[in-house]
Amino acid sequence: MTGRQWHPVLKLSWLLVVVGLFWLVGRTAFPTLHNANRTVERNESAQAVLPVVQVVDKAMRELWEQEGLRPAAPAGELTILRRLSLALHGTVPSLEEIRQFEADTHPDRLPRWIEEMLRDSRFADYFAERLTRVFVGVQREPFLIFRRDLFKSWMSDQLRRNRPYDQMVWEMIAQPGLWTGEPATNFITHGVIDKEPNPAKLTGRTVRAVLGQRIDCAECHNHPFANWKQRDFQGLAAFYGQVKLSPFGVEDDPKRRFRVTDRNTLEEQVIEPAVPFGEDWLTTRETFRQSLADWCINSENRRFSRAAVNRVWGLLFGKAWSEGAPYQVSVDDLPDPEEETSATPLVLDILAEDFVAHGYDLRRLMRVILSTEAFRMDSRAEIEDDQELQRHLDHWAVFPLTRLRPEQVVGAMLQAASIKTIDQNAALITRTVRLLREADFVREYGDLGENELEERSGTVPQALLRMNGKLAAEATEPNPFNATPRLAIASGSPERLLENCYLVTLTRRPLDEERSYFLGLWQETATRPDSRRVQDLQWILFNSPEFSWNH
Amino acid sequence: MNPIPLNRRQYLQWTCGTGIAFLLPTLSARAATLRGQERPASLITLWMGGGPSQLETWDPHPGTSIGGPTQAIDTRVSGLKIAATLPLMAERMDRVSLLRSLVSKEGDHERGTYFVKTGYRPDPTVRHPAIGAVITHQLSTAHLDIPAFVSLGYGEWPGRGGYLGDQYDAFRVVEAGQDVRNLRPRVGEERQQRRLAGLDVVTRAFRQGRAAQADKSLHEDTITRAIHMMTSEQLKAFELEDEPVERRARYGETNFGRGCLVARRLVETGVRAVEVTLPGFDSHANNFETQSLRAAELDVAFSSLLDDLVERDLLESTIVLCIGEFGRTPRINPLDGRDHWPNGFSAVVAGGGLRTGQVLGETDPSGEKTDPVRPIPVQDLYATLLRQLNIDPSLELITPIGRPLALCEGTPIPDLLPDA
Repeated sequence: MTGRQWHPVLKLSWLLVVVGLFWLVGRTAFPTLHNANRTVERNESAQAVLPVVQVVDKAMRELWEQEGLRPAAPAGELTILRRLSLALHGTVPSLEEIRQFEADTHPDRLPRWIEEMLRDSRFADYFAERLTRVFVGVQREPFLIFRRDLFKSWMSDQLRRNRPYDQMVWEMIAQPGLWTGEPATNFITHGVIDKEPNPAKLTGRTVRAVLGQRIDCAECHNHPFANWKQRDFQGLAAFYGQVKLSPFGVEDDPKRRFRVTDRNTLEEQVIEPAVPFGEDWLTTRETFRQSLADWCINSENRRFSRAAVNRVWGLLFGKAWSEGAPYQVSVDDLPDPEEETSATPLVLDILAEDFVAHGYDLRRLMRVILSTEAFRMDSRAEIEDDQELQRHLDHWAVFPLTRLRPEQVVGAMLQAASIKTIDQNAALITRTVRLLREADFVREYGDLGENELEERSGTVPQALLRMNGKLAAEATEPNPFNATPRLAIASGSPERLLENCYLVTLTRRPLDEERSYFLGLWQETATRPDSRRVQDLQWILFNSPEFSWNH
Repeated sequence: MNPIPLNRRQYLQWTCGTGIAFLLPTLSARAATLRGQERPASLITLWMGGGPSQLETWDPHPGTSIGGPTQAIDTRVSGLKIAATLPLMAERMDRVSLLRSLVSKEGDHERGTYFVKTGYRPDPTVRHPAIGAVITHQLSTAHLDIPAFVSLGYGEWPGRGGYLGDQYDAFRVVEAGQDVRNLRPRVGEERQQRRLAGLDVVTRAFRQGRAAQADKSLHEDTITRAIHMMTSEQLKAFELEDEPVERRARYGETNFGRGCLVARRLVETGVRAVEVTLPGFDSHANNFETQSLRAAELDVAFSSLLDDLVERDLLESTIVLCIGEFGRTPRINPLDGRDHWPNGFSAVVAGGGLRTGQVLGETDPSGEKTDPVRPIPVQDLYATLLRQLNIDPSLELITPIGRPLALCEGTPIPDLLPDA
């Protein structure tokens, strides 16, 4: 027998595997840095939003004047690029992207980049997670995570196809079917308590996520301050009274009704569906849920469009519009819409109206918000007085400093540890590592859960995690999988090295004082290897306030 | 601007060298050597996450239509019976006082937790601090390098600093007794100092034109505090290695048991407020099994904690409070579960010089009357605790929205305060 002898073809395939592995590692370690301009289609979209952007800018300007505010200067374009990248992709731009952006000499490069970023699959994925939190929260049980993942990939797909927002919401509320085959039904299954969809839970969520208001407390009593009455709550909950789970998934049983037990008499009452306002928008449909969905997304229902605009503004700025003047309330606690009068409408209402008029086009809404002057304000302002500064921030005359969400911090760290853009085209290994590390880091940094837009300052545990955590260490230690050796080898001069490190982490070049400090230090310690310098510098930049704040 | 933070050794070298070492606050072990009333007072909250059933713990009604299979047993206090799920605590009821008629208006977990942790109902305009944060804000914490407010265990909503600021948020340790994570620098001393010096330069650059916004972010402050903490002897309080195996076993080898033991060590070190969470009380189905399992964990840990505090003469200066976001319905639902019930639920309070053996309020054994006899608002309980900690509950602070708010809106419960 010559069984021990390897067939030449087998030998060859082994060789191929080994060569392939080397190639993969090599590519990850030393990606080609092509500087070629991405082909950006000439886009009409940016032009199309100009009129409404001008209306918003004008309203803002008038407000600033009225309030006697001194708006900040426009921020630098790299700063805006960083904001855009954090808002739409959840990471800082890669060195590769910065180079491409700077090589793009067109005067309208920002709008064209917004377009490009919205089309990138990172946008759909990152934003899908944000919206998934809004609609089904953060569930951690393994089985629920699976359902949530299905919902999220459905959401991601909707965003990729730019499906009108009203249709997405309609489907979530009204769709029947199996939670595997019809992932939108996981909006209903997330509201299951004890194996039954819970109308109360679903109602609270619907009002918060879809209408941007809170009705939860009216479940048990008439709210002393808000307008919601217990009857309003029960009437809305009754729309979910037919829904049940069966082997066919989420179903509506025409005979089922929502029942409540009177707390005092312990009597059971059947509640018929009823809406607290907008009775005209109700339709007669096959199922209660369909009627509710129609009612929610009715174009006259200003709560629906205002809630969407407020939330999207919040996700882009890091601070919901409602958190500023005049409401100063959290994202899902909007007051009832004011009567439309001849007076200057609120920016929220201008945007909401445009959103409705353009078919609930989420991308258009983002394009509009990202093109406003307010989004491009500098976060620097020479205002000594605290209250005065707060007034400027409340009116969006100075860009607010907001803490990055944990996903953004980890995304930025991993992106800064790579030179190439980590997107769909990145090596599988890079993306997988990113996913695994992200989950751990987010948990430890303190997942903000559903209420991501709450204003929060930094904490000691976060400082400890950034300084001493595993992820930051691995991202900066010189190894073939991160940027450290490549920056050290490829940069050439110390000046260039310093600049590249700043660009890759902070998306800016060092200031003069920073330049002279680090170059001076490097000169004193000339024997140290460059990779170690890069590692130390990356550590410093990761721990700087600038890195973990949107500014 | 923060100076470059030094570690303890460098601090000492520097201060001794310049002869100003007496300016340093008394460090680490001091609090631990004080006993009885001399010590800085603390609060340990045993947080029953999900809403414990009063009927299966402190307020059973066996033999009634609402009682279920839960039995009641005699306790050290004559005439007082508690659920048979808590035999060890029954032996120690003379060391605690029991409130059976707490009332809240919040029947949702998150809102209920907010209310019971802060004494205020959720309000869209202002975020209130948890009682633990109020205590750390009002009492001196200069003796501490480690956080003054610590949350142990899997609590979904650990106490927050609210309008006092996120620096008053509870420091979270999910796995009590394990190494507190991320406390060791990744590089040697000299290199770490060089990194910190560089960080100072980059931080200054960012502050130009953003000083006020940057200060509000507390970024630099947290780094300074993190570095102090990394080099502190007091970190030992988080560890359980030098606790005898038998003692650890007495508390129960559960995350909650370890949490209670760590809580004792933290309090001994001078930490002002600790919350230890025992999750899993939300028994909408299968109530009786769920509640007894949780109660068993609670029983061993709570009783051991009390014994330990007595043995070390720490109970006089430590208030222990056992409470959850609400209780559970008298009515047993078709799934053998009990639902949320904020009208008439129980809490146990011990230590800190508060009166013991008191039983306040009662609930209706038939479950028909919603309101308990002598309803006690949670605010009154907190006003009592604050008073006992020498903090004036009616003290008003100006909140960020410019509205003055009292630390607590309640009035102290005379029955719980020691005789004047």
